[in-house]
Amino acid sequence: MKIVVDGVSKRFSSGGTSALQDCRLEVRPEELLCVLGPSGCGKTTLLRIIDGLLRADGGRVLIDGREVMAPRPDIALVFQHFGLFPWKTVAENVAYGLRVQGRRRDEIHEIVPRYIELMGLRGFESNYPYQLSGGMQQRVGLARALAVNPTVLLMDEPFGSLDAQTRELMQEELLRMWRAQPKTLVFVTHSIDEAIVLGDRIALMASRPGTIREVVDVSIPRPRDPEAVRGSARYSELRHHIWSQLRHDVGGRV
Amino acid sequence: MSKATVWDRASAVTRAGLGARLTSPFTVRALSVMIGVAAWEVYGRAIRSVIFTYPTAIARAFAQLVRAGELWFYLRSSLVVLSLGLLLAIVVGIPLGILVGRRRLVEYVVDPYINALYATPLVAVIPVIVLWLGFQTTAKVVLVFLFCVFPILINTYQGVKSIDPRLVEVTRAFCSSERDLWRDLMLPSSMPFILAGIRLAIGRGLVGMVVAEFYTTITGLGYMIVQYANTFRMDRLFVPIVLLMAMGIILTSILRSFERRLAPWLYIARDE
Repeated sequence: MKIVVDGVSKRFSSGGTSALQDCRLEVRPEELLCVLGPSGCGKTTLLRIIDGLLRADGGRVLIDGREVMAPRPDIALVFQHFGLFPWKTVAENVAYGLRVQGRRRDEIHEIVPRYIELMGLRGFESNYPYQLSGGMQQRVGLARALAVNPTVLLMDEPFGSLDAQTRELMQEELLRMWRAQPKTLVFVTHSIDEAIVLGDRIALMASRPGTIREVVDVSIPRPRDPEAVRGSARYSELRHHIWSQLRHDVGGRV
Repeated sequence: MSKATVWDRASAVTRAGLGARLTSPFTVRALSVMIGVAAWEVYGRAIRSVIFTYPTAIARAFAQLVRAGELWFYLRSSLVVLSLGLLLAIVVGIPLGILVGRRRLVEYVVDPYINALYATPLVAVIPVIVLWLGFQTTAKVVLVFLFCVFPILINTYQGVKSIDPRLVEVTRAFCSSERDLWRDLMLPSSMPFILAGIRLAIGRGLVGMVVAEFYTTITGLGYMIVQYANTFRMDRLFVPIVLLMAMGIILTSILRSFERRLAPWLYIARDE
């Protein structure tokens, strides 16, 4: 599905959302687009507006030509804080989206094990989230989002709270999953490395007010091996370019 | 290192071990209760007063009352009143608490009444209830209900208010219906609060039950207390009192164990 962010603006509110001004962005069908920017630039706010959780003060978001007014069942969100229900087991958490969508019980019983398998959670079905490591918890979050078979997957710094090694593993898993089931994927991150390794394109955001500064083509062929990508000339070139763009923004505030 | 210091150290370790065992919380509590009861017994026997009694006399009276079937007769009527009142308070308090926590409008409409009634010493309204509803079980159940419902309602409301807003966002992102939201988030997340509310309610419910029985029909543990106090049967008078104490302890400790089992994640987070 194609996503069009058409001049979206959002004023500062006391609720902790960052301001956005006239954001323009197009996400192509089955593209993996990374939104990259310093913390506080409003990238999370933008993602929530795309999902329909927040209303824009100005402009609009179109998904396949239809304006987003509220969250839709075919768009799934993965949260930085995982957003798992502590009183539900892994299997129940993965089944959550299907259940609230009113899917039939036998259908749920058939789908849930598939995604538990896909995310390497076999054997943990009846564990509770607090018994799992952060990386495992986010696998549950991903499995839950994927289980509803969304056409658009929005990810809000999903690996931001994981340690460096777990993070790289999860990036590889995400690429593997995305290759198996192509979806339009918007991935918000503040890590330049993560954006280059994952993205087809990278939307650079500037802060105060939050706006899209530039969209960079990554042009690194797939399938990608993150290790090889990190060693390539294109990687350092991109990294240098992006950093020089963001540096001004970050430097002004540190 | 000389022999003497080694020996000193070894004995110090044994002494510390023994000391630790003697001052373990359980030992101290058990000793304290034993000494207290024994002192009561000795003092009670020594003063030989008509308005005082002692543990063994109470135990004897307990056995007599059980054998005569009297205790069970009064206890049963008390239990009926307590359980009906408590049940009604749970059935009304929890949904109303969630509703008040979820809907601003309902909150503003209802909270003056809740705060006013919760602040009122409910003992004061007993004559009113008796006038309206008579002296029978209905009146007593209503009184116990009034004593119990507020802690349950207010705790449920607090539980709903303390729900992680990020999880509310998760339910919105997945397009959850309001009914599913109650089942998946509101109830389980506020369950520890609700159980704590029920625990408070049991304590208040026992008070309500006894006071209601003081004022209304001639039955129940409350009536037993009045009756034996009027006739100076101190040993029998203490039987329902001790029984009420035991009920309070047993019911609240059952609730406590539920609390731990129903929300293990809370305690894990706290232990770490």
